[in-house]
Amino acid sequence: MNKDLFEYTLRLGDTSLILSQRLGEWCGHGPMLEEDIALTNIALDLLGQAKAFLAYAGEIEGKGRNEDVLAFHRDANHFRNLLLTEQPNVDFGFTIIRQLFVSTWQHYLYSELTHATDKNMSALAVKSLKEVNYHLRFASDWTLRLGDGTEESHQRVQAAVNELWNYTGDLFEIDQVDEALLKLGIAADMKKVEASWNKHIRQVLNDATLSVPEINNFMRTGSRKGVHTEYLGFILAEMQFLPRAYPDAKW
Amino acid sequence: MEVNIEQLEKDFQAKIDAGISIEPKDWMPERYRHQLIRMMSQHAHSEVVGMLPEGNWITRAPSLMRKMVLLAKVQDEAGHGLYIYSATETLGISRDEMINQLLTGKAKYSSIFNYPTLNWADMGAIGWLVDGAAIVNQTALAKCSFGPYARAMLRICKEENFHQKQGYQILANMMQGTEAQKQMVQDAVNRFWWPSLMMFGPSDKNSPNSDELMRWKVKLYSNDDLRQRFIDRTVPQAEAIGIKIPDDKLKWNEKTRHYEWGEINWDEFYAVIGGNGPCNRLRMKQRNDAHKNGQWVREAAIAFAEKRKKNKAA
Repeated sequence: MNKDLFEYTLRLGDTSLILSQRLGEWCGHGPMLEEDIALTNIALDLLGQAKAFLAYAGEIEGKGRNEDVLAFHRDANHFRNLLLTEQPNVDFGFTIIRQLFVSTWQHYLYSELTHATDKNMSALAVKSLKEVNYHLRFASDWTLRLGDGTEESHQRVQAAVNELWNYTGDLFEIDQVDEALLKLGIAADMKKVEASWNKHIRQVLNDATLSVPEINNFMRTGSRKGVHTEYLGFILAEMQFLPRAYPDAKW
Repeated sequence: MEVNIEQLEKDFQAKIDAGISIEPKDWMPERYRHQLIRMMSQHAHSEVVGMLPEGNWITRAPSLMRKMVLLAKVQDEAGHGLYIYSATETLGISRDEMINQLLTGKAKYSSIFNYPTLNWADMGAIGWLVDGAAIVNQTALAKCSFGPYARAMLRICKEENFHQKQGYQILANMMQGTEAQKQMVQDAVNRFWWPSLMMFGPSDKNSPNSDELMRWKVKLYSNDDLRQRFIDRTVPQAEAIGIKIPDDKLKWNEKTRHYEWGEINWDEFYAVIGGNGPCNRLRMKQRNDAHKNGQWVREAAIAFAEKRKKNKAA
């Protein structure tokens, strides 16, 4: 088994899974019916991506763990999702900024991965990229509306940017997994992704009359090693409860 | 020219009797308009409030596939709500006004959503029983006299059929599973069977709106007829997978070719309608919270659109 590829695929799958889980919390509680539907749509897309990436990870590993076993029978320290994705919804503004940061990251990352020498990886990237482009447009449009809407919306969404900015360093951490796969032409060049991400985010925030926090802020990282924020444990407790409580059951 | 209301009403009834559908711009008695707004907005509200009991289990669905199906189903319901609100707006009421009626308790929604979802099998029971009952109701409404409502029902029924199948499949799967799963299924059906029968409304002898609505072909079958139809098609499905219907009096009548069933607890029915079901307050709080928490978002969207318009004009 290619351990690095397994690890890398888990990162992509877990990131989509946990963000989808968070978005699913909105279902039935959105600010208007249209946005309720849109958030659920994104949750569904991400869940589909998670399912596909985790299924592939299980295949690479070759120990008989399918996507459900990986999703429901690992503890928090084995999860590789971005710290951003596990941050709570707080309000619609936080949810939108979190989405903007992650969707932009996914957009540039998947764009790179469409050229991956690993055929499964590139096929998954092509399919996911189409969906992410819509997510990115949705999040960018709403960032504009909220940033340049009312005074209250501006303040709320600026607070979200300030709060979530500390987790954006985690997006671009490079470790030996990235390095090894980059040599094989499988992984995305994170330095390139970071540069594109920064350019796009600054443009959107600027258009939305929002300011970018100081870059030398202390960055919270750790997702690559499975060191998470306190939120993930609760997300998993809720998400995994049925398969854990009834391990013999098939659903 | 003097408008002769009596003649208009006569023509209107003649159209209905001839099976011609009424369209939004046609003349209609105020009372017809009022009744349709009441029924259709209630239906739209039911779709939206109905998202809550199922939404309750999205984060806890036991597999990725089940989570996807449930998300898609709840999303369909939001879509139905949107669609029926639009159809209702053709009668001259705005969506804001309708939502306001819901949030202030002036408008009702289906009482079934005032029951809690307590275990995963409830997702199956809701799909199978609640959507099953809705299909029986809506198939009838698809032939009703008001065009936009009839067409909405036709479209929605297609998706509801899919929902009902997936609900039944959840239960059928679980009935093949462990003892604990079978118990969950029976527990869910025990709780949802009677409330599902109540979805058809009071018995015919106590249904205040029925005569008028039937004359106008807004309603084509009586509450008890539809209830019978639902029971007749549902009981064999229960038997097929080993679910026991919680009604000792339930039995097949060979002569009438219909099932006979026990008495519905009408005290409970009226208590839930009156606001005293297990989740009435919670559902209203959840809808009101969502509306309140979304206020600043809606305001921002309007302010932004106005700014853009001004900039364009300048």
